[in-house]
Amino acid sequence: MSEIDRRDFLKLAGIGGAVFASGLAGCAGMASAEADEFYFVQLSDTHWGFKGDALNPDAAGTLPKAVAAVNALKEAPDFIVFTGDLTHTTDDPKERRRRLAEFKGIVSKLDVKTVRFMPGEHDASLDRGEAYKEFFGVTHYSFEHKGVHFVALDNVSDPAARIGDEQLAWMKADLEKLDKDAPIVVLTHRPLFDLMPQWDWATRDGKQAIEILMPYRHVTVFYGHIHQENHHMTAHIAHHSAKSLIFPLVAPGSRPKREPIPWDAAQPYRGLGFRGIEAEVKKPGYELTEYPVKA
Amino acid sequence: MKRRGFLAVLALLGMAPLARSQERVIKVSAKKFEFNPSEIALKKGEPVVLELTTEDVTMGFAASDFNVDVEIVPGKVTSVRLVPDKVGSFGFICDVFCGDGHEDMGGKIVVTG
Repeated sequence: MSEIDRRDFLKLAGIGGAVFASGLAGCAGMASAEADEFYFVQLSDTHWGFKGDALNPDAAGTLPKAVAAVNALKEAPDFIVFTGDLTHTTDDPKERRRRLAEFKGIVSKLDVKTVRFMPGEHDASLDRGEAYKEFFGVTHYSFEHKGVHFVALDNVSDPAARIGDEQLAWMKADLEKLDKDAPIVVLTHRPLFDLMPQWDWATRDGKQAIEILMPYRHVTVFYGHIHQENHHMTAHIAHHSAKSLIFPLVAPGSRPKREPIPWDAAQPYRGLGFRGIEAEVKKPGYELTEYPVKA
Repeated sequence: MKRRGFLAVLALLGMAPLARSQERVIKVSAKKFEFNPSEIALKKGEPVVLELTTEDVTMGFAASDFNVDVEIVPGKVTSVRLVPDKVGSFGFICDVFCGDGHEDMGGKIVVTG
């Protein structure tokens, strides 16, 4: 992507991207005074190590292109999040570590001080997160940023896609210190709601997580896993999935089976991209901007 | 003991009454990254018992159209009783991540009238 001002891009978003507002409606002024505005970038499902020319003949080049595109943004984001499937799975523990190391080396070129990670099932399900933790530390955590409370939930280290009672209890305790009007962002890999269980697009105990979140009035979830944008509400909680940086998948329920969309040489990188998320507290809501990957 | 009471005791003990033991049993084996058989033919209204096993790692068997979602653990038989209540072709998948190929691991239940 050529250098482009983020605000200009937002103005153009009606043509080339999508702006979507959600989540913070009605909570203007509830965050701390310095939290008038900030933005962060979400990248997801990079599947480093994947090989398959029919789906992406530039599998080794797509992530570096995305890193360059983020670095080309005139205004650097406050931070960047990767919502899982950093690497493509392998049965070989050495190869898994090699892929994690290579991934870490590539994203170290991001010109942003704070980059946060979480695993996907491809990174963590075969060894319950052991290798992932060696490179990126804990798989669930929370942090504050300018008045917004972020929770990173791990629904992949258990290969059966459970968050687990222990982590759910941790999240409940973590949130209890907050006001019910506090803005909360949940970052995770799989959808917490039953988007398409017959395609494994769900979290086995995601309903329990949503029940814990439900009393809080301003909750937004950003996730990955399904390799495409999807926007869904469970009551007042907004859920936004991100595009992949390796290959897109077909829309939920559009085919008998879940399947990838083949590479189109006439439209290379179609369906791939990353997302800018702007939180403006005075103008309630998150603005989502979808950025493409270009040759 | 009257028969009704006897059946109730069996149910409390978690034992299947005689009628269930005569239900058709279909053995389904899982391994990376396939089910065998991958197509299960059933008749609407006919109760069957699926006896699920795995040859290698823990797998899942999820057929959401019939509210079936179980884990299959190596060395154990997981039995699932199923009474199809609709006709058609319904997918099932492995929903316990098992490696590169997991996403393609599944089959279909074909129910005829």
